[in-house]
Amino acid sequence: MSIFEYNGSALVAMVGKNCFAIASDRRLGVQLQTVATDFQRVFKIHEKLYIGLAGLATDVQTLYQRLVFRHKLYQLNEERDMKPETFASLVSHILYEKRFGPYFCQPVIAGLGDDDKPFICTMDSIGAKELAKDFVVAGTASESLYGACESMYKADMEPEELFETVSQALQASVDRDCLSGWGGHVFLVTPTEVRETNLKGRMD
Amino acid sequence: VQKIQSLTTNIGVVYSGMGPDSRVLVRKSRKQAQQYYGLYKEPIPVTQLVRETAAVMQEFTQSGGVRPFGVSLLVAGYDDNGPQLYQVDPSGSYFSWKASAMGKNVSNAKTFLEKRYTDDMELDDAVHTAILTLKEGFEGQISSKNIEIGIIGTDKIFRVLTPAEVDDYLAEVE
Repeated sequence: MSIFEYNGSALVAMVGKNCFAIASDRRLGVQLQTVATDFQRVFKIHEKLYIGLAGLATDVQTLYQRLVFRHKLYQLNEERDMKPETFASLVSHILYEKRFGPYFCQPVIAGLGDDDKPFICTMDSIGAKELAKDFVVAGTASESLYGACESMYKADMEPEELFETVSQALQASVDRDCLSGWGGHVFLVTPTEVRETNLKGRMD
Repeated sequence: VQKIQSLTTNIGVVYSGMGPDSRVLVRKSRKQAQQYYGLYKEPIPVTQLVRETAAVMQEFTQSGGVRPFGVSLLVAGYDDNGPQLYQVDPSGSYFSWKASAMGKNVSNAKTFLEKRYTDDMELDDAVHTAILTLKEGFEGQISSKNIEIGIIGTDKIFRVLTPAEVDDYLAEVE
């Protein structure tokens, strides 16, 4: 079994009209055994910037802590929040620093940039950025997620519709993957508010 | 070989003091600016670059076996917070200015600027004011051969004027 599949994960981020959604599953496993059903994979960096980390759980947590550290320092030095594009470059840099002994993580970054324009991107474990206009996926269920998102996605969805789409795409995909699932966690972010929801699906 | 140099495409610097010392600082600052870009893929904000340059200067006032830099710097740049001007002293302290002067005749020059400076000056007016300020303490005849002028506008590109352009401004001032 590959190191990226040791703990199991599913992540998706989707762009809507002046909003974005980022969602993950909640399973933490040790290979085939499920060990926790409330594992957090999507983290807030600041009000308008979220990062989801798929892959090895220990690296997920360590990388998150390192990134929060860097962002807090940036906030103190520059007296402003990091733009999503800047943050993505930072994550890419941090991952490439460990080019020959990498973090076994695949990040999914989603945020509202200048003028509250939604920004999403993903990268591989050594920092190769991949920008997208519609959606990005990561984790053991990524192939299913690609399919589900491709068919369910529409451009410029309003927040309510985006929430439904993301939730359905996530649930459908993790149901086809034995290593992810056990619930869902969705953040729906608009310029004025953030809605956090826990999904209940097939608990297996 | 110029006194006014650019640190990034949108930040320039001029010094008063020992030329060789300023060259060392310019090199360091340029490298720091590029490192910032390499990390964040974003041009360094003027305040950050000034802060880091000042930190270097401060280091040399506290480390062993070195002497402080014999220069004061005027750093001018244009970033997301608009146009900015900073003065950095050998001690490593830095100040934000709307208009400033350094070197010979500094007190007269500052008094002159206090009278002449207005918030809503256009770039051309600013150049004229700068030339007049220089002229105050100038020994000999002022010409495009013995002064340098650097400008940065809303295009966010710092550049040093050519002697021909300097001559044009000098003619306007007369």
